[in-house]
Amino acid sequence: MFGKLVPVPSGAVIPERDIGKRPILNCINLGVTFGGLKAVDDFNLMIGRTEIAGLIGPNGAGKTTVFNLLTKVYQPTHGTILLDGQDTHNMTTAQVNRAGIARTFQNIRLFNDLTVEENVTVAMDAQMKYSMVSGIFRLPSFWKEEKVAHERALELLSLFHMQDLANVKAGSLPYGAQRRLEIVRALATNPSLLLLDEPAAGMNPSETAELMENIRKIRDTFQIAIMLIEHDMNLVMNICEGICVLNFGRVIAKGSPEEIQSNPVVIEAYLGKQKEA
Amino acid sequence: MKQRKISKTNVVNFSTYLGMVIFFLVMTALSKAGVLNRSMTGLLVPICCYMSMAVSLNLTVGILGELSLGHAGFMSVGAFAGVIASQSLLDVVPSAGLRLTIAMIVGALFATVAGFIVGAPVLRLQGDYLAIVTLAFGEIIKELVTCLIVGHDENGLHILFNLTGNKTVEDLGLSDTGIAIIKGAQGTASVKTIASFTAGFILVMVTLFIVLNLKHSRAGRAIMALRDNRIATSSIGINTTKYKLMAFVTSAALAGAAGALYGLNYSSLQAAKFNFNTSILVLVFVVLGGLGNIWGSLVAAAALTILPEALREFADYRMLVYAIVLILVMLATHNPTLQSFFARLKPGKKEEKEAA
Amino acid sequence: MEFLSYLISGISLGSIYAIIALGYTMVYGIAKMLNFAHGDIIMIGGYVSFCSMYYLNLPPIVATLLAVIACTVLGIVIERLAYAPLRSAPSLAVLITAIGVSYFLQNSALLIWKAAAKTYPPVVAGAVQLFNGQLTISYISLLTIAACIVIMLALTTFVSKSKMGKAMRACSEDKGAAQLMGINVNSTISATFAIGSALAAIAGVLLCSFNTSLMPTTGSMPGIKAFTAAVFGGIGSIPGAFLGGLLLGIIEALAKAYISTQLANSIVFAVLIVVLLVKPAGLLGKIVPEKV
Repeated sequence: MFGKLVPVPSGAVIPERDIGKRPILNCINLGVTFGGLKAVDDFNLMIGRTEIAGLIGPNGAGKTTVFNLLTKVYQPTHGTILLDGQDTHNMTTAQVNRAGIARTFQNIRLFNDLTVEENVTVAMDAQMKYSMVSGIFRLPSFWKEEKVAHERALELLSLFHMQDLANVKAGSLPYGAQRRLEIVRALATNPSLLLLDEPAAGMNPSETAELMENIRKIRDTFQIAIMLIEHDMNLVMNICEGICVLNFGRVIAKGSPEEIQSNPVVIEAYLGKQKEA
Repeated sequence: MKQRKISKTNVVNFSTYLGMVIFFLVMTALSKAGVLNRSMTGLLVPICCYMSMAVSLNLTVGILGELSLGHAGFMSVGAFAGVIASQSLLDVVPSAGLRLTIAMIVGALFATVAGFIVGAPVLRLQGDYLAIVTLAFGEIIKELVTCLIVGHDENGLHILFNLTGNKTVEDLGLSDTGIAIIKGAQGTASVKTIASFTAGFILVMVTLFIVLNLKHSRAGRAIMALRDNRIATSSIGINTTKYKLMAFVTSAALAGAAGALYGLNYSSLQAAKFNFNTSILVLVFVVLGGLGNIWGSLVAAAALTILPEALREFADYRMLVYAIVLILVMLATHNPTLQSFFARLKPGKKEEKEAA
Repeated sequence: MEFLSYLISGISLGSIYAIIALGYTMVYGIAKMLNFAHGDIIMIGGYVSFCSMYYLNLPPIVATLLAVIACTVLGIVIERLAYAPLRSAPSLAVLITAIGVSYFLQNSALLIWKAAAKTYPPVVAGAVQLFNGQLTISYISLLTIAACIVIMLALTTFVSKSKMGKAMRACSEDKGAAQLMGINVNSTISATFAIGSALAAIAGVLLCSFNTSLMPTTGSMPGIKAFTAAVFGGIGSIPGAFLGGLLLGIIEALAKAYISTQLANSIVFAVLIVVLLVKPAGLLGKIVPEKV
């Protein structure tokens, strides 16, 4: 069901169907140093426009740091990020989001005191135009745009069958629903690249299976690229087309699930060197 | 579900407006009937000012979630700007109502400018650092106003900045028909008091209208999101500085309008009135009324302004009682043991859990 | 010469701020709360020492000791009764409680000692004359500076070397983890309040000797200034509080002398704001980034 990975001139690989189009993300020599420690170093990655990509590696390898660099939560100390060909240098987190990267967080960061629906509509803020004055005096633009936002929020929530929870406080949702709501909130910003940080963490096998379906559904419906960090190898090997393996802040392998599974360097990183064997 | 939510928010907002209208009607009727004694009648305008102050501070502290310890500073800016406007226009605008309106708008405008000057640089600080800087700004505003000497005559406004402390109104060079408006540390002088309870009521209603509608618009959502999680808010493309500043400046502007009304309620008022203790007083209204809870702020402001007056017979002990009440209320509402005890008494909480 | 005398009065005023700020910064470091009642403990220290000297005719050193004991006990009692039950409450609730405690102390003092200012006899009288009498330095200034340096050094050693000091540092980093390591968090916090209040008592005696007057509101402004000093230097940092206090005192004294008496406090606060804008965590503080 997936296109197979093909090499592109820079030495990277992207799915066949995305060839000939500009890659959505191109990281060149990306890196960050925290007090002399190179948390991520010489990170190069290209992601196709509709690719589902995986970022894996042992704990502390720097996976979330890569997400934080891409979304400018941390400023990279060197390297370039090209988002749809546009250099995100000098952009803030908010600007990067408006340029097309949305994300979820490893430790869920919802707006707990807002309702489920408000968590989604607040993410549409950049698409709304009415001014503070229109908001205070309830001018027609307020009603019109709020109606559009309300309908779109319910539509997005229905993707995960959450429309009935619209008026519940986000903080009182069960764990799995919170993870799903974070994805919906990210989607509400109209991203072209969605970053999911351990979306299956804490989920049981049936929830994970449903999540896999949903991730595919999101890609197919919105025709966007998705990159995910995940420790559940079953999920990664099943839905990712391209996988990038990090260890100690460096890329140690890139390729299709089959290539990664049989790569000795990857096996060593996960299991340690088998000296006696 | 959607229908219920809209009605629920609307019911709370509507009750808030309605409560205020009832409060106004009852108090007017009581004072017309001569039931209220003079000191109570004298409290009506200050109560409205403090209600407006509390609601506006709630926007910064409760809705935006940033601690401000200098709210009285903006009230001060509004008060003195408003008094200057009103006193200068004595001859030009004879109608007291119109002059009061102009004064309150001028007060709000000056407080807006002050809010920008304070907010733009410091809102990137966080938590207690922001709190200490707002405290510092409140004190700076107080001292700057203490240095002001202002008078008005047919040639317009005369303003002196009394840096050395030995200048007086005489140095303004006013003509014979001129009037002194602010005499440095002595504050405003012989102000024509034009504040009224009706004006106070309108001020509170306007404040409520602005704050409640702002809260339930895209700006309000973004501001509350910012309070709940800053990093997530910027991750969804929201310019956090813009919304922080919007909340902070709106709050300052409303405090300025309240200050103008307050200033025009007294024939003489010193800058020292708007010190750190006044900022704290308003903060206490907000916290006791409940963070983000608008009608709570109204009730707390009214009750705590009346309380010291009602405790007048205890004379010297009243502030002591006030302090003890404050500590006990905080312990009762925030101690985990006592809190869970109260939570079990409230039926509303249970419902919420079931809905989840 | 004039400048030198302003500078010295600034340094001694700064030393008082530094002593208060040291207590403040320790309490903040461990309890993470703005303890607005700290300034009023200074005032109580002043009154206790005043009464001991004035009514009981005790020597200054004994009076100071009594003030230290009284304030230490007071600090522990306040922490136990008002702050400890709110340890898991939002910081704003604790802040309001601290304000309640501050009002309580001020109004109690008002009832007991009345509003009128008392003339406070300095604990040491006299002055040294230097440069043929061109420069006069009071003994109280010298005593204040010396006391401040001794306290700073003692506190640094205590916090870095002693078992209790290590427990304090552990608690200020992570109370939960400290508890798991077998540290008694409650008694550590009490000890911190005790030390902070003892320092406040010493500062009270020195401050009143410096100003030679005492009122129920004596502690408020120095309390706020000392807090400013602690933030200025980087809150939670002991050398930061020392540096912040000294700088604040010097800036205040020089601003009063050369710019404007009326605006001295404004200038002090303006400098604080500028420093925080350039260094958001204070001069010696370090920014702890939020983990994402």
